[in-house]
Amino acid sequence: MQYILLLNESPNELADRDHPERSKTYWGAWSAFIGAISKAGIIVNGDGLLGPETATTVRLRDGKRMVQDGPFADTKEVLGGYFVIEVPDLDAALEWAAKAPCVHGGSVEVRPVMPPMRAPKA
Amino acid sequence: MTYGPVITEARRAAELAARTSYGRLIASLASRSRDIVVAEDALSDAFAAALATWPERGVPSSPEAWLLTAARRNLNHRARHENVQLGAVAELLSRIDEGAEVTDWAAVDERLKLLFVCAHPAIDENIRTPLMLQTVLGLDAQRIGSAFLVAPSTMGQRLVRAKTKIKQAALRFEVPDLREAPTRLDDVLRAVYVAYGSAWDDHAGGRGLAEEALYLGRTLVSLLPQEPEARGLLALMLYCESRREARRDASGRFVPLPEQDPRRWSTAMIIEAEALLTAASQAGRFGRFQCEAAIQSVHAQRGVTGHTEHAAICLLYELLLNHTPSVGVAVGRAAALIEAGALEDGARALDALDPESVLLYQPYWVVRARLAERRGDQELMRSTLERALGLTEDAAARRYLSDRLV
Repeated sequence: MQYILLLNESPNELADRDHPERSKTYWGAWSAFIGAISKAGIIVNGDGLLGPETATTVRLRDGKRMVQDGPFADTKEVLGGYFVIEVPDLDAALEWAAKAPCVHGGSVEVRPVMPPMRAPKA
Repeated sequence: MTYGPVITEARRAAELAARTSYGRLIASLASRSRDIVVAEDALSDAFAAALATWPERGVPSSPEAWLLTAARRNLNHRARHENVQLGAVAELLSRIDEGAEVTDWAAVDERLKLLFVCAHPAIDENIRTPLMLQTVLGLDAQRIGSAFLVAPSTMGQRLVRAKTKIKQAALRFEVPDLREAPTRLDDVLRAVYVAYGSAWDDHAGGRGLAEEALYLGRTLVSLLPQEPEARGLLALMLYCESRREARRDASGRFVPLPEQDPRRWSTAMIIEAEALLTAASQAGRFGRFQCEAAIQSVHAQRGVTGHTEHAAICLLYELLLNHTPSVGVAVGRAAALIEAGALEDGARALDALDPESVLLYQPYWVVRARLAERRGDQELMRSTLERALGLTEDAAARRYLSDRLV
């Protein structure tokens, strides 16, 4: 089974990324987590994302393209990155989710990845 | 017409198998695929096949094994139909299982896995108990819905959603290591207790559900003999159940525990509960359900000694509050202190509670009224009792409270 771990960070955590004193702790925690999950050999792929201030949201309404500055919704937590992992079941995925540094100030949403679509019959 | 008795016998055998083995069969069928919905369909087709063939060919020597084999075949057919590859796997697995299956599922009871998956933290807390009742006991959404005051169609949808999540998000069908995850057992026990509690509130219609909860409790004790809290929970439910008849007088009026006639308590249930509690205590591990059962055990002593050891009850409540703090336990402790005559301690315990959290909590106002009564403040007692009355839903309890206002 493949699961995506959606790593939601709080604004405070995001601010720590560039903080003169706290950034070391922030990145240290993430590289420890990334090190552990890499070593387990379960990562399918994953990335960190730049902050919500760099986001642009696109919608098509009544045939018109609407482009808007910012993420799709204003929420307290912001998607800071993700991992897609291959593990046997949800319980194993939750174990990994609980180890992500952002569980303290933010959260991790775990969702099964849709299985690849079946090829149409010839 | 001549088939009548045979059909009746076959039907009875099928019904008995359904009642006693439903959860075991579903658990056995679903544990590999995690698909409870499909397992239920396969089993209901197997029941239909049993009703069609047993009257002709006779009831098989092991109806459960027959049903399991028939349901497995249905599953395999379905898997093959849906996906050739999956079908091949199912076929392979079923061959491995053949011969071993009957002894196999008697030894490792899959129901336990099913109970744990129903009370999984990834499942919405409000649906855990209904899910257990349906998958382990086979109760339909109609019956579960009425016990939980939810429209049957809504309950049906919620159950399907939960089962779909188990399948799609691939929740683990496994008994967790309880030393590592002790809260998982608490979740299971709590869900069983909720089933019992929902029956407790509803005197007339709830009895059936209380029996189902007791059955689940017994199942847990037999499956987890090393867990004292499972015994504690069963003991607690049995103590409460032993007083069912005594909770209403001849005209259906509510009778509170201190005014109940112990001769109307079920001695058999009390004896069973005592034995369970003693066995549980030998593990030397304190727990919420054992403690609550111990409180009920002290109350049950009145049947023998003629009086209630209030001091013992206060002490047990104190332990319980330290172990599992909640508003309910805190109010229970205050009530125990007041009954023990420690009015000031009881008042302090009530005052210490966050007013917000007790604003709509009926037992709090009942205990407040009792405190006022014991202090001889008739006026305060009446106004507090009115407040409690406004928060009481149960008709018999309403009548009891309003009788005291006259």
